Amino acid sequence: MRQVYLDHSATTPMRKEVLESMLPFLSEAYGNASSVHRWGREARIAVEEAREKIAELIGASANEIYFTSGGTESDNIAILGTAKAKENKGKHIITSSIEHHAVLDSCIELEKRGFEITYVPVDSDGIVNPEDVRKALREDTILVTIMLANNEVGTIQPIKEIAEITKEAGVALHTDAVQAAGSLKLDVNDLGVDMLTISAHKFYGPKGIGILYVKRGPRPKPLVYGGNQEKKVRPGTESVANIVGMAKALELAVLEMDEVNERLTKLRNMLIEGVESSIPDVILNGHREKRLPNNANISFLFIEGESLILSLDALGVAVSSGSACTSGSLDPSHVLMNMGMDHQQAHGSLRMTLGRGTSEEDIEYVLEKLPNIVDRLRAMSPLYNKVKE
Amino acid sequence: MYTEKVMDHFTSPRNVGELENADAVGEVGNVNCGDIMRMYLKIDENEVIEDIKFKTFGCAAAIATSSVMTELAKGKTIDEALKITKKDISDELGGLPSAKIHCSILATEALEEAVKNYREK
Repeated sequence: MRQVYLDHSATTPMRKEVLESMLPFLSEAYGNASSVHRWGREARIAVEEAREKIAELIGASANEIYFTSGGTESDNIAILGTAKAKENKGKHIITSSIEHHAVLDSCIELEKRGFEITYVPVDSDGIVNPEDVRKALREDTILVTIMLANNEVGTIQPIKEIAEITKEAGVALHTDAVQAAGSLKLDVNDLGVDMLTISAHKFYGPKGIGILYVKRGPRPKPLVYGGNQEKKVRPGTESVANIVGMAKALELAVLEMDEVNERLTKLRNMLIEGVESSIPDVILNGHREKRLPNNANISFLFIEGESLILSLDALGVAVSSGSACTSGSLDPSHVLMNMGMDHQQAHGSLRMTLGRGTSEEDIEYVLEKLPNIVDRLRAMSPLYNKVKE
Repeated sequence: MYTEKVMDHFTSPRNVGELENADAVGEVGNVNCGDIMRMYLKIDENEVIEDIKFKTFGCAAAIATSSVMTELAKGKTIDEALKITKKDISDELGGLPSAKIHCSILATEALEEAVKNYREK
């Protein structure tokens, strides 16, 4: 049976070149980068070379790159660490209503600690209006944190415009670029951000490693303590192999970006248009153009997402959904609900995210299988019946 | 996460569909929580459930519990069928993930609702 992995926004397979770059540091080159001897120096050189490479790829300086365990930790440091550093200046933070939980839950934690959070809305296309950010700014605002691209619907946020507003107001801007990295060009100066989060496993690198870029100037306070690594912002022995692998993965992603994006955009459009032309009562979620090239998020009315996932899984196809039944809670995706969808549309959503290994045959296979699956589930659905009556 | 039996009832559900001239229909759940079950009963003069069909909007567990409920209830008297518990359904499926126990409760409630509809007639 054909195996079609269309869940690249969850994670990506690590590239062979990345694995090869890491292997020496998982075996003979095992030194601790903080040690003075040859073993230590060897590891230190690898870490600093990776830092410089990553810095160059995102238009930053090496001393502005902090290695972390991944996107969640970087977001936490950016938000909780900035709050710690600036709480004497103010206790107000602005974010959006469609952020990843790494950002939202950090903000909710700060609310418990006496901070006020403004959650700016998005329109029905899943995009923040920069003017809403401007209106939300206050004297005591210490941070704005808005994602670069959404992880569920792939919508790209107007970060440059938001950066102009925050710069004018003198407020720090953080962007969670976890889902954007590898798909969009990241240049911190062009974007105008003060902090930026990325995670290696979203662009064919290893899991458990990410960076927080922090523009030269005031730094967020650490959340953990223990050593001098990463200028005490994130102490702990450097994960040398992961750091080397992340640099390699980002280098390859940037190198191949235009070519891959062009191909994936075509395949993604073929998928969306194929579904729209072969299955009635479907809705594309998120802006049709202002979205990541690999993202298709479609709601199939009258049926529920988990049933769709498992039906596709049985045919070798991996996808995900914003349905409550897949989240472990009773609530469907906050992203879809905050875009103004009703429960049925959110429960019936399917996220299909393509990757560099996706072929035209893969998309044809999905388009061949989906109509029957949808028909079968709709035939069972009391909602479909009600409509037909 | 699901047992083979759940997957079997999900991929080949028993008694799915509607009953024309049903003696009773019961529907529970709502779209907000992501599950809706509707049961159709055909009941003979001795109050035996002659035939039963279901339609369900929901996850694999919701579809599987509906399917098992129809199997368990078919051929029983109404009173016997009302004694089917969420545990009977879960046991029949070889167990359910804890987050999906509510689906087995929904299946018992759907039958209760159908019986209520019958008795009100």
